[in-house]
Amino acid sequence: MSEHKTMTLTLIVWRQKNANDPGKFETYTAKEITEHHSFLEMLDVVNEDLINTGKEPIVFDHDCREGICGMCSQVINGAPHGGQDRTTVCQLHMRKFKDGDTIYIEPWRARAFPIVKDLIVDRAALDTIIQAGGYTSCHTGGVPDGNTIMIPKPIAEEATDAAECIGCGACVAGCPNGAAMLFTGAKVSQLALLPQGRPEAAARVKNMTEAMKECGFGNCTNHYECQVACPKGVNVKFIARMNREFLKAQFA
Amino acid sequence: MILDGKCPTGPIEKSWDKHRFDLKLVNPANKRKYNIIVVGTGLAGGAAAASLGELGYNVQAFCYQDSPRRAHSIAAQGGINAAKNYPSDGDSILRLMYDTIKGGDFRAREADVWRLSQVSNNIIDQCVAQGVPFGRDYAGYLDNRSFGGAQVSRTFYSRGETGQQLLLGAYSALSRQIKLGSVKMYNRREMLDLVVVDGVARGITCRNLITGALESYAADAVCLCTGGYVNVFYLSTNAKGCSVTATWKAAKKGAFFANPCYTQIHPTCIPQAGEYQSKLTLMSESLRNDGRIWVPKKKEDVGKRPEQIPEEDRDYYLERKYPSFGNLAPRDISSRSAKEQCDEGRGVGPGGRGVYLDYADSIKRLSEKVICERYGNLFEMYERITDDNAYKTPMRIYPAPHYAMGGLWVDYNLMSNVPGLFVLGEANFSVHGANRLGASALMQGLSDGYFVIPYTIGGYLATVKPGGTNTDHAEFKKSAEDVNSTTNKLLSINGKKTVTEFHRDLGKIMWNNVGMARSKESLTEAIKQIPVLRDEFWKNLKVTGTGAELNQQLENAGRVADFLEFGELMARDSLHREESCGGHFRVEHQLPDGEAMRNDADFSYVGAWEFKGVGKEPELHKEPLKFETIHLAVRSYK
Repeated sequence: MSEHKTMTLTLIVWRQKNANDPGKFETYTAKEITEHHSFLEMLDVVNEDLINTGKEPIVFDHDCREGICGMCSQVINGAPHGGQDRTTVCQLHMRKFKDGDTIYIEPWRARAFPIVKDLIVDRAALDTIIQAGGYTSCHTGGVPDGNTIMIPKPIAEEATDAAECIGCGACVAGCPNGAAMLFTGAKVSQLALLPQGRPEAAARVKNMTEAMKECGFGNCTNHYECQVACPKGVNVKFIARMNREFLKAQFA
Repeated sequence: MILDGKCPTGPIEKSWDKHRFDLKLVNPANKRKYNIIVVGTGLAGGAAAASLGELGYNVQAFCYQDSPRRAHSIAAQGGINAAKNYPSDGDSILRLMYDTIKGGDFRAREADVWRLSQVSNNIIDQCVAQGVPFGRDYAGYLDNRSFGGAQVSRTFYSRGETGQQLLLGAYSALSRQIKLGSVKMYNRREMLDLVVVDGVARGITCRNLITGALESYAADAVCLCTGGYVNVFYLSTNAKGCSVTATWKAAKKGAFFANPCYTQIHPTCIPQAGEYQSKLTLMSESLRNDGRIWVPKKKEDVGKRPEQIPEEDRDYYLERKYPSFGNLAPRDISSRSAKEQCDEGRGVGPGGRGVYLDYADSIKRLSEKVICERYGNLFEMYERITDDNAYKTPMRIYPAPHYAMGGLWVDYNLMSNVPGLFVLGEANFSVHGANRLGASALMQGLSDGYFVIPYTIGGYLATVKPGGTNTDHAEFKKSAEDVNSTTNKLLSINGKKTVTEFHRDLGKIMWNNVGMARSKESLTEAIKQIPVLRDEFWKNLKVTGTGAELNQQLENAGRVADFLEFGELMARDSLHREESCGGHFRVEHQLPDGEAMRNDADFSYVGAWEFKGVGKEPELHKEPLKFETIHLAVRSYK
């Protein structure tokens, strides 16, 4: 497989020293890239070149490199995670690009996600939303046998669809309003669908949507860009479900 | 020194209950006076921080990621074991214990494994209550699947992302405590030293990864929940940030490192595609439920496309060698068998380092739809990486470093030999022996975090006065100065080789010499080569930037520096253990049919190493293992 022909690419990358720096685009060349490189491995190659010439490597968030931790966060040619259906940056492979391509790489851009450095942003706001109510208040121990709570399979499956969210924030980056409605809707829906989550459903949706507003996220105006950006295919129907839960909570 | 695991005595069935009763308690009003540090927020750390916070202790939790939700527990795919016996297929707590002890090749502590098996059932209940969406059957009850090393179906799962759902459960419980103020969360902090005052663990020194500032935190107890060390091989299924740093720093402060040679090489990973590769991706073991593993019988067929090889020319070698377990043989055995086939020249794909995992029969039997329901996300992940559609053509897989059974030595209370230092989850050595069975890592992490440490830490804290020290103590200052001088040293070398190059070089030494098959020659070679590489590292490393900013090269340099010391210990432990057991396979010690040959007379002990200085020979301490419930036997899966 090593005999495959290689690509040369032009990268136009957002560089920003820290939160206070205005930042700017810089141009780099990625050489000797094969179709089997992942996008991040391509950046690794560029970074090794930069270090060897005494320049500062491009800083980006990444960890598991298998599409599940939600750490990686880059807007590639205008699309969060690069625009391949249900794929994080770390799972995006260079076979999706061709020799000679120019690639724009930027961080998530949203009011609630201040830039930390280069392609790294601060996503603490997503934790704040979960802390506002993204849980059941059960104690460790003192809970009944798992099988005393029966859950119809279709409901369990739908709750799992909502629970697929990896908290990467691509939905926010993709939304013209910088809204976190898909992220919040997914957690609200997962717990609202399950009997374990019902006792606190009303307080949960109120508190989580309030936190969402306070953190500086925008609101939903039905662009559905979040669903397109979501690497886990979380469906916008969960925003609708959250809105229903929100309405119900007003009368609860 | 002979180490005492302080296990309860008497009938094993009563051991944990009796021990819990014997442990001292801290009264509710006093709990808030105690500070506890939890490092790492995976299943063990997340569950521990949430549960200890809920009990009323003051908890400070730390992780190097930007959020506690990202710890690598999230990547576990297949499932979590419990002895619920819902399918009525013969399971029990004792059988789970038996399978775990046998699976670990009789190198784990019986009492710890009993406790793990006993609380496994509580874990499932806890996770259901949290809203973890487990797989359900059509009646609405919890569903089970089978996993390697067991003849019962006891694995609970959530699609192919069980780790994600369990971790998010722990993260949600943790988030609740953060909101309540009982846990203070510190993200993007890396622990770079353990602070020990008068022989007792009293705190940690961290680097704030955003600002580069060194920070000191004091507490009455420190819990390390920092995962395993298989990134010492460079390429592994671990996340890029996983390292031995936290546990190694503790080892350098006196904590004994037990059984570092026990590493798990997982049989079902996507083979390496090139030199630039940065990590290996696991395909869940659950795939072996429905997939059949084979290689061509004839060497001349390896270049053919799989569909061109007729049934009679395929060797389903696991089914042939282990008829009663077949494709569900334990991981160490499956991995070694794959290596054997490839060593014989019958491996497929680039470099002949791969075997087929074939779904054709299952798709015929169950339909593509059913297979898609069970493993859809894994097939999708495989296609992203390889561009192959596994519904049409078999997957290619090869073993890869995955999990560390070894770790810091702890007693039955999960406390290391350094008082006040507790070690949970993969970071300790306790329950998996020489090989971990599938779906047992999640079980152990959550068991330690939810159901063990909340009891055992109280037993320790009840014996110490709260607030015994603060960060003004000279040891905190000294620790920060030491960390600072190491950082400055790494930045000032200004050599020619990058951190990644050094890590890759170390990985090659480790994989070739301390990998799936080890020999006296290979291990002696590793012990010779590692110090040479380490010297080169400290003379020729190149790190750009400064210490007073976010600097990923510097972070990695610190981790690789620790791997360069730890790797040598791993090789020494492997060399000293003159037997084959579980994940530790010495070519000198095998049965005529190639199976591992244990030496119970001489090596039925935990080998715990005391650090004596870099480049100096460590001192071995032993904890003898007794098998009173599960009798020592040759492990057979035939």
